Amino acid sequence: MAEEILNVENLFVEYSNVRGKVKAVRGVNLKLYKGENLALIGESGSGKTTLGTAIIRLLPSSGYIKEGRIVYKGNENGYDISKFSEKELRQFRWKEIAMVFQSALNSFNPVLKIWDQIYDTARSHGLNNRSLVREKATDILRYVQLDPERVINSYPHELSGGMRQRVLIAMSLLLEPKILILDEPTTALDILTQRNIIELLRIIKKDMGLSMLFISHDLSLAAELADRVAVMYAGAIVELGGVEDIFYRSRHPYTLGLIKAVPTVTAGFRELYSIPGSPPDLISLLPGCKFAPRCEHKEAGCENEEPLLVEVNSGHLVACFKHKEISNGR
Amino acid sequence: MEDRAIIRLEHLSKSFTVRSGVFGGRKSMQVIGDLSLSISEGEVLCLVGESGCGKTTTGKLIVGLIKPTSGKILFEGQDIWDMSKEDFSSYRRAVQIVHQDPYSSLNPVHRIYNILSAPLFRHGIVRSRGEAEEKVLELLGRVDLTPPEDFIYKYPHQLSGGQRQRVAIARSLTLNPRFIVADEAVSMLDVSIRLSVIELLRRLKEEMNVAFLFITHDLAMAKYFGWEGRIAVMYLGRIVEIGPTPRVIENPSHPYTKALLMAIPEADPRITRSKKPMELRSLDIPSLLNLPPGCTFNPRCPFWIEGVCDKEVPEMYEPEKDHYVSCFLFRGK
Repeated sequence: MAEEILNVENLFVEYSNVRGKVKAVRGVNLKLYKGENLALIGESGSGKTTLGTAIIRLLPSSGYIKEGRIVYKGNENGYDISKFSEKELRQFRWKEIAMVFQSALNSFNPVLKIWDQIYDTARSHGLNNRSLVREKATDILRYVQLDPERVINSYPHELSGGMRQRVLIAMSLLLEPKILILDEPTTALDILTQRNIIELLRIIKKDMGLSMLFISHDLSLAAELADRVAVMYAGAIVELGGVEDIFYRSRHPYTLGLIKAVPTVTAGFRELYSIPGSPPDLISLLPGCKFAPRCEHKEAGCENEEPLLVEVNSGHLVACFKHKEISNGR
Repeated sequence: MEDRAIIRLEHLSKSFTVRSGVFGGRKSMQVIGDLSLSISEGEVLCLVGESGCGKTTTGKLIVGLIKPTSGKILFEGQDIWDMSKEDFSSYRRAVQIVHQDPYSSLNPVHRIYNILSAPLFRHGIVRSRGEAEEKVLELLGRVDLTPPEDFIYKYPHQLSGGQRQRVAIARSLTLNPRFIVADEAVSMLDVSIRLSVIELLRRLKEEMNVAFLFITHDLAMAKYFGWEGRIAVMYLGRIVEIGPTPRVIENPSHPYTKALLMAIPEADPRITRSKKPMELRSLDIPSLLNLPPGCTFNPRCPFWIEGVCDKEVPEMYEPEKDHYVSCFLFRGK
């Protein structure tokens, strides 16, 4: 693999809440390499969005980084993003790392035309030349297959869901960031629109060579676009590996459970298996492996100590004591 | 075959009136156009389509929540909007709906006991609290909320999404229905929970011989739940293809069904990366306020025949047994 561009080291993120502290991200170590697509897969409450928003320091006010470092290596001398001041962050976001949020409609200001929103973004990063920004915006909108004149003069509600998503992607590329974080980029879009966005992201990656971090609950998005996949459960990464390692040679019972619970259309009919139980409460976590209460491979030891990620094959890491006995039976 | 139909739709259409802007006039928006369909006792029919295609409206029409603009909905051969009060009440008992969002379909200030016992009292199935409690416990057990004693006096907010959806399903079972409309019943649930709710529905279908209209945008889920039944594909308020599930999935015939199947991302890297999506002529779905003439898919369809598809509305053709396609490519086949 190539050079690393981002290194998340032993990151802990918590939220304060009336019931106590929600341990949303617990000791995550994750590297993002130049030009790669990394998918962060997990169900709601697994900490995947928290990890993504912690990286660009946009956690909600109740959330904070308790421990750990986020080192950005896109520039000559690595910065620790977790130590940045607000002022430094303003310069950093969009320019170095941009994020496309989950809900395309809520990401816009409903009373401003698209052009004003694009210009505001550019201006706050020192691009004050109106005609230059206009030119750039036109280029980038055409690049994402939109009609620039029409879109620039529209209000967000006048665009369809797929168009809004393309505008957001275009805006995130405006300042040529080196990393793009996309939170559920295809969720809530129709199938034909989803396909269109996926193909667009594929082209962007090829043309611009940036690094993308996808956050999704949808395994098929990872199957489509990821080079590597990280599976999160209860705030920690439980398996990490190349896309084929995860889909065909998974060694973690949770990942296997997810794969076996999702039906496919084109492959023949097969029975599916559901994972019993539900995810743990992140406020009062029990010791041991957090998946143990739902795991069919559980042994007595699993509930005493939490397994760490160990390398089972080159670049394929699994956090499970029983990984030797587990294999994808497909 | 005909006599076994529990629900039959005959030339059903539904329009809504919308106002365009503050000073704009009123316009009629046709959401469902000329829909005919029949569902037999104990059958599973999956209705798939993208957002705005009218699948939810179809579900609401079938359970009598809204009235059709024209056409009929027949329950055991009787028009539901032309029934005696007693017949209408027994229809309401036999036909139930499970909504998409378990967070808004359960009243937050009522306990599970109240939610589930209200229809029982309303229809005179139980008379006393003791009877009601017994029946509610039995229902909770049936939807795997065990032990039921732990759930009966809880409020909806104390339950997870999957558990709430189980309560919503239990509510649809209170009156021993014979037909359930499940409108995106598992779409909001997490992957690991979704399948267990689907399995529950499959089991109920076997045990109680309930017929299902399974409304979803997820073709893979429709295939899994409705493998032994039929799939109907809906586009802009019309059914464009209907047939036995394995046939529609393995031999999709309407260009729209083909486009969907070729586009759908799947959870298998080798399969999904080797897909060659169909090149559509346009990405935009036409507005319901301004439907294209002829076949509504013609402005997007790569197989479109000029002078035919944009002029006439295709009928339902039957290229293979029980598999119907509304497309001129199949005329005379």
